[in-house]
Amino acid sequence: MARSVLHTKLRREIWQMRGQLLAIALVIAGGIAVCLMSLVNLESLTATRDRYYAERQFAAVFVQVKRAPRHRLPTLAAIPGVTALSARIEATAKLTLPGFDEPVSAHLVSVPPEGQPSVNQLYLRQGRLPDPARDSEVAIIGSFAEAHHLGLDDTFSAIIHGRQQTLTVVGVVESPEFIYVIPPGGMLPDYQRYGVLWMGEDALASAMDLRGAFNSLVLQVAPGQPVEDVIDRLDRELDRYGSTGAIARADQFSHRFLSDELKQLRIMAIIFPTIFMGVAMFLLNVVVSRLISTQREVVAILKAFGYSNRQIGWHYSQLVLVIALTGLGIGITTGLWLGHWLGELYMDYYRFPTLLFRIQPGWLALLAAISLAVALLGGWRSIRRAAALPPAEAMQPEGPARYHVTLAERLLRWARLRQPSHMIVRQLTRRPGRTALSALGIAMATAIVVVGNFQFSSVSLMVYTQFARVQKQDITATLVEPANPSALYALARQPGVRYAEGRRIVSVELVNGHRRWRTALTGLPEGARLQFVVNAALEDVDIPTAGVLLTDFLARALAVHPGDTLTVRVLEGRRPVLHLPVSGITSEFLGVSATMNLAAMNRAVGDGPRVNQALMTVDPMQTDAVYRKLRDTPGVMATTLRQAMLNSFFDTLARTFLTYTFIISLLGGIIAFGVIYNTARISLAERGRDLASLRVLGYSHHEVSHILLGELALLLLIGIPLGWGIGWALAQGIVTAMQTELFRVPLIITTHTLALAASVVIASALASGAVTWWRLRTLDLVAVLKTRE
Amino acid sequence: MAPGVTPAQPVFETVALTKIYPQGDVLVHALRGVDLALFPGELVVMLGASGSGKSTLLNILGGLDTATSGQVRYQGTDLTGASDRALTRYRRDYVGFVFQFYNLIPSLTARENVMAVTEIAREPMAPEAALDLVGLAARMDHFPAQLSGGEQQRVAIARAISKRPNVLLCDEPTGALDSATGILVLEALARANRETGTTTVIITHNASIAQMADRVITLSDGLISGERRNPVRQDPVTLSW
Repeated sequence: MARSVLHTKLRREIWQMRGQLLAIALVIAGGIAVCLMSLVNLESLTATRDRYYAERQFAAVFVQVKRAPRHRLPTLAAIPGVTALSARIEATAKLTLPGFDEPVSAHLVSVPPEGQPSVNQLYLRQGRLPDPARDSEVAIIGSFAEAHHLGLDDTFSAIIHGRQQTLTVVGVVESPEFIYVIPPGGMLPDYQRYGVLWMGEDALASAMDLRGAFNSLVLQVAPGQPVEDVIDRLDRELDRYGSTGAIARADQFSHRFLSDELKQLRIMAIIFPTIFMGVAMFLLNVVVSRLISTQREVVAILKAFGYSNRQIGWHYSQLVLVIALTGLGIGITTGLWLGHWLGELYMDYYRFPTLLFRIQPGWLALLAAISLAVALLGGWRSIRRAAALPPAEAMQPEGPARYHVTLAERLLRWARLRQPSHMIVRQLTRRPGRTALSALGIAMATAIVVVGNFQFSSVSLMVYTQFARVQKQDITATLVEPANPSALYALARQPGVRYAEGRRIVSVELVNGHRRWRTALTGLPEGARLQFVVNAALEDVDIPTAGVLLTDFLARALAVHPGDTLTVRVLEGRRPVLHLPVSGITSEFLGVSATMNLAAMNRAVGDGPRVNQALMTVDPMQTDAVYRKLRDTPGVMATTLRQAMLNSFFDTLARTFLTYTFIISLLGGIIAFGVIYNTARISLAERGRDLASLRVLGYSHHEVSHILLGELALLLLIGIPLGWGIGWALAQGIVTAMQTELFRVPLIITTHTLALAASVVIASALASGAVTWWRLRTLDLVAVLKTRE
Repeated sequence: MAPGVTPAQPVFETVALTKIYPQGDVLVHALRGVDLALFPGELVVMLGASGSGKSTLLNILGGLDTATSGQVRYQGTDLTGASDRALTRYRRDYVGFVFQFYNLIPSLTARENVMAVTEIAREPMAPEAALDLVGLAARMDHFPAQLSGGEQQRVAIARAISKRPNVLLCDEPTGALDSATGILVLEALARANRETGTTTVIITHNASIAQMADRVITLSDGLISGERRNPVRQDPVTLSW
């Protein structure tokens, strides 16, 4: 019986306070949802990747050579630890697709005559693998098929090794090697202008003049076997065949980008939920302690009736648990949904055959335990106080609250504050702890929006720097073989080309003691007009006549400083090993590259004046003619367009960043609303009597609202700038934690971001202000005056 | 009940005032047709048991509540059916209130509690003068938490008279106080009435207080059941209960 009465009481009170309780539950839900969203996404992608890798025998070691005879394969297969290998031919091609004038390049990979390779097997979405007997058949990667609406039996023309042929699509496939499909020299996927094609081995070998030979090898290594040993052996065995050095899976392009992405997800799964949970705990604490202080007499009477401390404690704990469970329920549902949805979004540019939807029940249990613990801990102090109150004491009304004249008022004496202003200041200073927490709650909401949005400005700066400051060319044409710079004159004379200059990019391994980094070394000509190197302040850095410039990321990774000597192992041509001074540090947001003077590079490599890329500016009216000409020039291997890269960048940005930003802003708004609404409601409950007294004395509704809303305004005034500061610090942390080889997001917080954060918070404040304003209007003046304080 | 000979125009006049409000499932008839006139400068004590309707009447006179039917006129202006804005204006400009539980603002000192009213009043007295009138000149900078109950009530009186109201309405001003302290509060009220000429209405269930009034009106069951005029107003010091 007794238990059911307390239950009824609980039920009714929950219903009475539903607005406030829901606001807190939403904050808890926000934390859980973000956490779960990131976890689901992380786990699903990881599980999908791992299963895909296992099913498709994804290689552990990759090596590229110039040309190696097939009869060496048994020796290579006998290297200890190697369990399977697949030799193949890789090539590049220029494609012409009906109705698409821009240059399209493709990466070609051979398929053995027996069908599926033993390593890096293909997943067949549609059709079949190319027939070894027919040399015009190809299987194409799904992203490319979708971008051009290519289906089975469609044809397009390709220039492979200078020879034009017509290819027929017989299959649409995916490969564990190309989960993340990025054109060479690009930074983000461009499905329209870059595709991967698989072709019969004989057909590709004859096209590339590689009969009886291979130029690419992928291997699997037995678990537990050191991959480094296999790499060392391969490098020794294949050195004479022009190997650029074997690499482990960790250095494989697609795998590395995917790993970076997963690492970022992991960070997000930690930072945001921590903020949300902190705020939720604070809100719970405030609401529960407020509730219990209004229920002093009820607690006393219950205790006088003989209820035990434990029963009363449990009664109030239940209230807290109801809030936590509501938040948990909403959070889990939303989080799973968001995670699934985000996973689908990622599937657009990670080419997995199917997405496994994974979440370990352990995570759910942990989240539930954390939120219940947070809730109980939040309410613990007040619950304990309620349960411990001696009945006689609790039956006494709480005395009038103690106030004092604040320092701020003494300092502001000249301002001649009106009495309502004194009330605001004293209310805020009477409980400095609570005021600080309220301001902190608002600050956290502001910070979340700042953190969710700063990346957009940062990335925009990154793109601007890359494409307007560093690379000014409209078109980059990569040559098949390094050529004499005089070849540029021929290009520059083409109609539509305004200006052309060359550069040379060679694969190198940079070595400093035990630290090594495989990257590209770019040789820039003196007086270059289209390509620049900038420092951290985005100022041009002169290319020294000797020595290399390293990006700051690379210099840190290699632990070198200007003036140190760096060992540079060139991985092509005669493969010299150079010792070059580090002559400066540059700052680039994208990629990791080393730069030096072109003439000095050519002298060091020792094969005469050479360039292997041509950079051009073109007349916008004649771009199509230039594309066609480049496509038909045999010496040009691939062409990339600045505009296309920019478009692809912003497309990806719009889909992923903006979606994410929107979710974060929404959650920031929820926190702001939760904090402000509760602060306002608690103030109203505590000050109702004072405000009613003022109304009786002749203050208007408007003047009385000023007191409550003024309090909120002051909190916003403290909270928002504080939130900007916290947001800045968090953003700094995130930027540092998220530095990857692909991106180094610069920390740029624009006034736009700050204004957006403030707007989200102010909008939430206006919404809660409106509710408070309405409640004040309906205040029952007579009833308030009849009750004791 | 109409007064006999009227020395002046009444400040308040009510005609057939009724107030019915629902309490749970029953309708409470708090006032059943009250006719009343209050005149400038007089001190009226309204006696009645709990539930007699005296507080309801006071609330309607003070613009805190509205009547169900009948009329209330304040200096000839009809308060019946006035808007919230008009009632706020009326309270602000003409009415001073004193309540049983003081209703001071805990975050403001005695002086500031008075200033809360003088700042919005049209022709207020100096807050210090109002506090001096109730004998609290020495405690002006104390917060409510630092004052005794009697002192708090005297701050409430100072606050009420500081705007120079035309009418001072006091609902059980001594209800929460012991007799000695209560007398101090009543002295303050009598002095304020004498020195400012404000029409003062004190409602109470304590019959002993009636002797300090010019006129005593008794309410029971929502009706005026008696009225008498004291030949001499007693000084509150002589009262006891």
